[in-house]
Amino acid sequence: MSDRNFIGESDQPKVDSPWSRRDFLRSTAAASGGLMIAFALPGCSKTEEAAKSAGPPKIVEANAWLRIGTDGAITVLCDRSEMGQGVYTALPTLIAEELNVSPESIRIEFAPPGNQYVNSLLGAQVTGGSTSVRDGWEKLRTAGAEARTRLVTAAANQWRVPATSCKLVDGYVVFSTRRASFGELVEAAAALPKPENVQLKPASDFQYIGKPQKRLDTASKVDGSAQFGIDVRLPGMLYAALAQPAELGASVKSFKDERAKAMPGVRHVLQTASGVAVVADTWWQAKQARDALQIDWSPGPNAKLNNPGIFAGLRGGAGTQGKEVRKEGDTDAALRAGRRIEATYELPMLAHATLEPQNCTVEFKDDGCHLYVPTQVQQLAQGAAAQAAGLPPEKVFVHTTFLGGGFGRRLDIDFIPAAVECAKAAGKPVKMLWTREDDTTHDKYRPPARNTATAAFGADGKLSAFKLHLVAPSVTARWAPAVVQSQVDPFAIEAAHNYPYDVPNIYIDYLQHEIGIDVGYWRSVSHALNCFTVESFMDEVAAEAKMDPYQFRRGLLEKQPRWQAVLDAVARKVRWELPAEGVHRGIALMSGYDTYLAQVAEVSVQGNKLKIHRIACAIDCGQMVNPDIVRAQAEGSIVFGLTAALFGEINIAAGRVQEQNFDTYRLLRMNEIPTIEIYLLETNEKPGGMGEPAVAVVAPALCNAIYAATKKRVRSLPIAKQGFTI
Amino acid sequence: MIKLTVNGQAREADVADDTPLLWVLRDTLGLTGTKYGCGKALCGACTVHVDGTPTRSCQTAVSTVAGKSITTIEGLSADRSHPIQRAWIELDVPQCGYCQSGQIMSAAALLASNPAPKDGDIDTAMAGNICRCGTYPRIRKAIQRAAQLARKES
Repeated sequence: MSDRNFIGESDQPKVDSPWSRRDFLRSTAAASGGLMIAFALPGCSKTEEAAKSAGPPKIVEANAWLRIGTDGAITVLCDRSEMGQGVYTALPTLIAEELNVSPESIRIEFAPPGNQYVNSLLGAQVTGGSTSVRDGWEKLRTAGAEARTRLVTAAANQWRVPATSCKLVDGYVVFSTRRASFGELVEAAAALPKPENVQLKPASDFQYIGKPQKRLDTASKVDGSAQFGIDVRLPGMLYAALAQPAELGASVKSFKDERAKAMPGVRHVLQTASGVAVVADTWWQAKQARDALQIDWSPGPNAKLNNPGIFAGLRGGAGTQGKEVRKEGDTDAALRAGRRIEATYELPMLAHATLEPQNCTVEFKDDGCHLYVPTQVQQLAQGAAAQAAGLPPEKVFVHTTFLGGGFGRRLDIDFIPAAVECAKAAGKPVKMLWTREDDTTHDKYRPPARNTATAAFGADGKLSAFKLHLVAPSVTARWAPAVVQSQVDPFAIEAAHNYPYDVPNIYIDYLQHEIGIDVGYWRSVSHALNCFTVESFMDEVAAEAKMDPYQFRRGLLEKQPRWQAVLDAVARKVRWELPAEGVHRGIALMSGYDTYLAQVAEVSVQGNKLKIHRIACAIDCGQMVNPDIVRAQAEGSIVFGLTAALFGEINIAAGRVQEQNFDTYRLLRMNEIPTIEIYLLETNEKPGGMGEPAVAVVAPALCNAIYAATKKRVRSLPIAKQGFTI
Repeated sequence: MIKLTVNGQAREADVADDTPLLWVLRDTLGLTGTKYGCGKALCGACTVHVDGTPTRSCQTAVSTVAGKSITTIEGLSADRSHPIQRAWIELDVPQCGYCQSGQIMSAAALLASNPAPKDGDIDTAMAGNICRCGTYPRIRKAIQRAAQLARKES
């Protein structure tokens, strides 16, 4: 019953200029499979014409995101990947709102690679950086409004009535007692010129935006029918498992595959750019045979890499000037003149640990190479596959599936080329799947960091200087080297460059220090590194000043109303002045992704046993498209941040990642979570991102609570390594 | 040839005896709702019912369940009408959704054996199922809601 596959789903139709008059015939298979072929008018016999007029509807492309059928069916192309964060619901809602139709009545497909789908906040077709709603907020509503304007104009022209007197109701344009369905109007609408200066609905008229609409993907995620990359099945498909070097950066010297080749089901063994792959009739056979390969690896540049060495390298950057991020006043003079306080914080590397391991299914067909892949970067996936296939990018068709978690892992395309190589060698469709151990040991890890903060109190007892020296490798250096050469890596200084506190002298710099292995964007990116540093340190400064950590922060935020508002909100909700008996609290706040948020963690510590009672979070993310998804993202982010703060650490020894599976890379479980409370502030600001920010605030709030309970500062994560049992 | 009863239907699989049930379900029988997460019974994504008992199919050799009755997420109900599924929909539990088949199968087994689970019972029954998106607060609420729905029906 859930055995759905992509058979019959054709190449994505090429999209021309918006509302180009491309007609598509949706075959009768459309309802189940989605076959879409060019509608060929010439040469049709009369009977065929008659059958057509009674039969399958024409599909008219309104613009890059919207198709309307002559039967009135509305399809939205979702140009961001659904990895749990809710774009499959939120983005179609933006279009549905302008069309006055229920989001639940819309059919959704994932968009192919295409320049029309470039994320204007990131400059490429990327799902990441908590940008989907921020990028789509005006763009998608405008797309909906243009379609609405044309449908209304088409009806008004037909009826010879003023367009301003027509309304849209449930898929119809209505004037007085007359009405016409979108399906009846769509062809006439398509013939109209692109409307200028369309009016977006005022917020007061919203029927769906801002309301807790149901998610559109829930039904398929409770009956097993949602199709993730790992679930793709193609006729004649083979399965592949890949042996990669345990030592990161090592390469194949030679290998023996006699045993593997003699095992049941094995079809091919091939060396790929990244290792040695086995292709077999089933994945289990491929995996068993892979394990039987005897591979001699040539050591690479990381043969001696280990965690102590990595952190010694970061420590070596302590006295080296980095690139200036922010300079106000004369910080060095103020530090010399005042009473100083300094602290250094260390953060570990982390794996993304998406629950769906990396995978990619590839099929070569007459028209090119088809990729079925859970990816956050359709165009990069296309490029990587094209290179591996020896084809131009336009001959690679990317079909995005649901993603079993993303968290930044699927911004990388390292798992794609070997799958292409296997399909090419096998001459049949191949699904390559990594094991959990492959996934943990061959991630692009969250950068480690070693950050030093210094402050001074002036003669008046007030905070006179704040200095921050950030040392970490750069993810962006790998992605966009030119960006890092011309400016400070913007994804290394988040939650530091916007230090909000009212201090007269501020100096912040970032030293890029590479560690020998690739690092990756990990949910909340440098916010997690820098918010831990800044908010732990501000707690230390408050303690030094013998002030309440909430009131101390509050007093320095008089010029920052949105920061202060979330801080006040969370303090009020937990009744900061009245902690429960035996419970200790920590507070922290941040702004990132155009969102403002503050958290309070409540803990008790008996001996070394840490118990986390509650985490409360107040959020101002501006206008919300779907408040319930905002709430869900905050809840999930807190669990994600808690997992990292408590347990998260990747250790490298002799170039090899030591953590393998969930026994050694521990993830938080149901029985380990505290009460989580989310408070959403209603504001009319532009939307802020919600996929990531709440992750970053957990560790400082929690460590500040541990300090309140024990007077012990946790300056190095994870907490489990600092003498506490969880 | 190994004979199985899956979701009430007699099925056959021509696989090695030690093949994990998970891969027989997914690759041989095409029932992809049951997920691979760890292969070591650490995450619960592969949970199915074997004669009603929640079982990690990634660590279950297919030969050991020959002749037994296996229920996967696809067989829990024909129309998402199981109280657990209805509660999951009502509370919009899933995020990425990858772990949810396993969560739902564990929760359904809990409810079958304990119609009124307390928080501690839920923790015990669900501690073997990892959700990387962190939907735990909603899973807990949804199990309690499903118990309510089931009680109303009986």
